Amino acid sequence: MKRILATRELLLLVAIGIVLAIIASRFPAFVTPANLTVVFNDTSPLILLAIGQMIVILTKCIDLSVAANLALTGMVVALVNIAAPDLPIPVIIVIATGFGTLLGMFNGLLVWKLAIPPIVVTLGTMTIFRGCIFLLTEGKWVNSHEMTAAFKAVPRADILGLPVLSWIAIVAVIFFSLLMTRTTLGRAFYAAGGNPHAATYAGINVGRTQFWAFTISGAIAGLTGYLWVSRFAVAYVDVAGGFELTVVAACVIGGVSIMGGIGTVTGALLGALFLGIIANALPVVNISPFWQMAISGSAIIIAVVVNAQANRSPGRIILKKAEQAT
Amino acid sequence: MQLEPGPAVSSKTVSDIAPRLSLKGITKTFPGVRALSEVSLALFPGKVTALVGENGAGKSTLVKVLTGIYQPNEGEIRIDDAPVRFPTPQAAETAGVTAIHQETVLFDELSVAENIFLGHAPKGRFGLIDRAAMKARAREILSGIGANIDPNATLKDLGTANKHLVAIARALSIDARVVIMDEPTAALSQKEIEELYELVEGLKRQGKAILFISHKFDEIFRIADYYTVYRDGQMVGDGVIADVSEPDLVKMMVGREVSQIFPERQQNVGDEVLVVDGYEHPTEFADIGFTLKRGEILGFYGLVGAGRSEFMQALFGITRPSAGQVRIDGAPVTIRSPADAVNSGIVYVPEDRGKQGAIGALPIFQNVTLPSLARTSHKGFLKLAEEFKLAREYTQRLDLRAASLDTDVGNLSGGNQQKVVIAKWLATQPKVIILDEPTKGIDIGSKAAVHEFMAELAAQGLAVIMVSSEIPEIVGMSDRVIVMREGRMVAELTKADITPETLVGHAAGIKEAAQ
Repeated sequence: MKRILATRELLLLVAIGIVLAIIASRFPAFVTPANLTVVFNDTSPLILLAIGQMIVILTKCIDLSVAANLALTGMVVALVNIAAPDLPIPVIIVIATGFGTLLGMFNGLLVWKLAIPPIVVTLGTMTIFRGCIFLLTEGKWVNSHEMTAAFKAVPRADILGLPVLSWIAIVAVIFFSLLMTRTTLGRAFYAAGGNPHAATYAGINVGRTQFWAFTISGAIAGLTGYLWVSRFAVAYVDVAGGFELTVVAACVIGGVSIMGGIGTVTGALLGALFLGIIANALPVVNISPFWQMAISGSAIIIAVVVNAQANRSPGRIILKKAEQAT
Repeated sequence: MQLEPGPAVSSKTVSDIAPRLSLKGITKTFPGVRALSEVSLALFPGKVTALVGENGAGKSTLVKVLTGIYQPNEGEIRIDDAPVRFPTPQAAETAGVTAIHQETVLFDELSVAENIFLGHAPKGRFGLIDRAAMKARAREILSGIGANIDPNATLKDLGTANKHLVAIARALSIDARVVIMDEPTAALSQKEIEELYELVEGLKRQGKAILFISHKFDEIFRIADYYTVYRDGQMVGDGVIADVSEPDLVKMMVGREVSQIFPERQQNVGDEVLVVDGYEHPTEFADIGFTLKRGEILGFYGLVGAGRSEFMQALFGITRPSAGQVRIDGAPVTIRSPADAVNSGIVYVPEDRGKQGAIGALPIFQNVTLPSLARTSHKGFLKLAEEFKLAREYTQRLDLRAASLDTDVGNLSGGNQQKVVIAKWLATQPKVIILDEPTKGIDIGSKAAVHEFMAELAAQGLAVIMVSSEIPEIVGMSDRVIVMREGRMVAELTKADITPETLVGHAAGIKEAAQ
């Protein structure tokens, strides 16, 4: 598995390199370290959400409610900030992560205990979460001047030349890489999605594993909710509207199999970076946003085709064997 | 009646009427398997012919040949003495051959009338379906077979018996001349079976030629006029049902030369390791109780659907029994999940290894350690070195050759995948291993290897439960056999009593054999 994934990730890395080279030939300033840092920071929320989504997709599920979770949690912490301006930011972060976790658990419980298809569950909760924001605010915005300075400062704060937002993405990549490769829970995600029947017989509770995947996705979405709202210093109903599809796209481009069982944190990271670079570069080189959509779309299809090709080889082996048998 | 395989030589009574449909020299091969070998069959208008044979005798393949799903490699099909070919299922239907399957192949969300006329609905103007005519025709056909079913009803709202009636109505709607009934009573209650018999009588009066496939001897003797016996893809006999006895049929079904050699085993039975008492499930099985000793191979025999796998799944914690106790080494254990079962020392190697066994996208070592992760991890953190050690130990024991333990299981050959699955279970150091159909669908050479291995496991003191539908395997390998029928244990046979005749007798519920 490692070798195939390594090839996949290498391919994606090469693709990112080519994209950067093309951009650099027309606009060299784009590839300066300072600008790439900006691009990475800009892509950090996508990286975070893609990691959570990757884990969910790994277990043969999908979480369409991540962006709505982000928006609702962002609004909740913004309102908390207004109501209690003195509340220290670490508490805000705990509230955001905890609230997002609860929303993720709600998805997970519906999938696990009621065995409702995940796409239906999260399509429903997506609408519910957005609806909740409207109920909380009656559609009003929470604007920059209502938030405390400390609330808005955190994602921008600079540590060793990188904003906190970027550091959180980096820590998440390392933390979840370890979780996925070095813990029994990580192994269970791969097993439950790779072959649910076999996982069941091996003593893994597939439903519970899916529940934990949704819980993690929710926790990440909640945390990202605070980061997003504080970074842009605004909270409203449509924050990150439609962003869940970009997140799924990042996973697919990153080689995560939509059938479950195949995917890595590195893949999700690279998929997100690919989309992040395109989104940041195209306006710079004066290409219309419509082309951006077309390029992202093509990247998804190319990624799926490449992965399908990679998955085809075992079939050939079986055929050969069948030929020998005759 | 003839016992040797060969072309059909019909007895006098049979040849009095010209057959509606006849097969001659039909051969169907699959890569590595000869499913049908020059078989014949004759079906007569207004008569019921029973097709009898063990699992794997070729009955299902024959049905697929007759309905245009499979193309025979050799041989000819004749209808009213004219040669026909069925390149597609539609062609078979047009020729008037239709099948009613064990599980009805109808559409739950469509109406009864739509189900009956799907694919050949009466057309009105502009080529649109004439719904009024369709419903009227449907009502007519349904009342013709005495079925009180509303053509507008949605199929999913009907019971199994009524679904069968709809399937039969569908057969009549295409003016079928040959009706194949593949174990039609498997899912019916006694009363519904009686109604089905009447319906079959009605079809006979209408001059339909009927092929009736069943495992149940009482049905065959009640309803059939003729019989044909298949064994291992060959026709071994046919004739008039009135001229044959149940034991004769059993003999034809199972009588074979011992072509397989089973490993010599030292009976080295130790202490009691597993005791199951009063296991029950509301719908699948009742009153299952037995003991199992170290080093023993306990066979579970029964017809398909007798509840063997269902019981094993409950024993393994996949489903929950409604009552019953399990003791391992004398201590009561509670099994609520597969994890509980594995921890108590019970492992289950399921029938469909492709689907339920290995995880193709994970490397060998991760597959092997999957059920043993509790031992190769500490507080939720994996100890990769120990994982590799465990995987290396058990893959070497099974002589698994692969470039690296990091290779994806999906890239291995079928035989090696199977070794990974077995290594996985042995690595849990079980006390009881349940093997469900361990040699289903594998070639003779691999079968022998699996049997050797099973004998070796028993010799090492493992208690083995072997669920099998293959009589030679049950006879050759088991120290003891439990026969199940309709969710209950109907016999427990010790070594000396395990013969093909007793097995089939108990499994099919023949009174003489089951005395």
